Amino acid sequence: MHNPYFYILIMAGVSFAIRALPLTLIRRQIRNRFIRSFLYYVPYVTLAVMTFPAILHATQSPAAGLLALCAGVIAAWLGADLFRVAVLCCGIVLAAEFFLV
Amino acid sequence: MDEKRAEFTDTMSLKCDNAADAWESGAAETDRQAFGKGMRDGIPIGLGYLAVSFSLGIVARNVGLTPFQAFLASLLCNASAGEYAGFTSIGAQAAYLEIAVVTLIANARYLLMSCAMSQRMRPGISIWHRLFMAFDITDELFGIAIARHGFLNPFYTYGAILTAAPCWAFGTALGTLAGSLLPARLVSAFSVALYGMFLAIIIPPGRKDKVVAVLVALCFAASFAASKLPVISGLSEGTRTILLTVLLAGGAAALFPRNPEEET
Repeated sequence: MHNPYFYILIMAGVSFAIRALPLTLIRRQIRNRFIRSFLYYVPYVTLAVMTFPAILHATQSPAAGLLALCAGVIAAWLGADLFRVAVLCCGIVLAAEFFLV
Repeated sequence: MDEKRAEFTDTMSLKCDNAADAWESGAAETDRQAFGKGMRDGIPIGLGYLAVSFSLGIVARNVGLTPFQAFLASLLCNASAGEYAGFTSIGAQAAYLEIAVVTLIANARYLLMSCAMSQRMRPGISIWHRLFMAFDITDELFGIAIARHGFLNPFYTYGAILTAAPCWAFGTALGTLAGSLLPARLVSAFSVALYGMFLAIIIPPGRKDKVVAVLVALCFAASFAASKLPVISGLSEGTRTILLTVLLAGGAAALFPRNPEEET
């Protein structure tokens, strides 16, 4: 059994280091093209991988999660901001589960 | 010729005067006014944080964290995806090293934002300002800071953090606390807010950059396959995320390296 406070401390330490190191150490531009491209693609890949299929298991009914995913993708594509997309997804699940659950 | 030169010199000195004025008034106004402006701009961000962190709090409750532990994690980490990945690993009783790597990968975009901010710091600014500004680099706070003109003003960022960060921490604690009081229907609905937030980050850039659009679709497919296939589905969710990220982002960087000009 691991200590939750130790987990939180590690998360906090890594989260801070990752933000603080470039800002304190880098005083010039990074030039390596592969590293720059890799850093550019990483957030999209990580978030996409964490979103699907996890969203299907977050809801009581997987179908509601799938509907929320589709609605969220369309709304975000059409330019809705972060808050609106989040609220829309919640609304879709709430409405869908009235029929599904 | 002389006249022209004189005119040129006049214009230049005028421009320099203006710049100096702007600099001085900016510096005189900055600290207090920028702080107030930051606090005001932080309000809509804080409201959005309340909804999303509530959803994160539900995740924290599901893996067995107390409201105080969830509050502490949010206060210290200030990261949606990073905390989500971390909480999931806590739920799986992951090794300490794994949780460190998972947090690193899930927060990798902050590394990028921190790099971008490093290019906009006033020369000679103290290391303390750099450290405090780094503490709460998030998609939103980075976005509003970088959208302003000129050098980044630390006090603007401090103002925004002061409004937004408590919302994030208290929202998480509330989610952990109320998650067990709310009907299952509402918990189910709130729990997708986090994924909605992720979608709002990864989908819009695909409109301009077709590589990103295809990459995101590919990630969905690969992640789904990885959760079903033998052997790899036996790995923890955090490890799968790390593997897929390195493979897919590395592949995309090798096959579709970006031109320095098209970078933001």
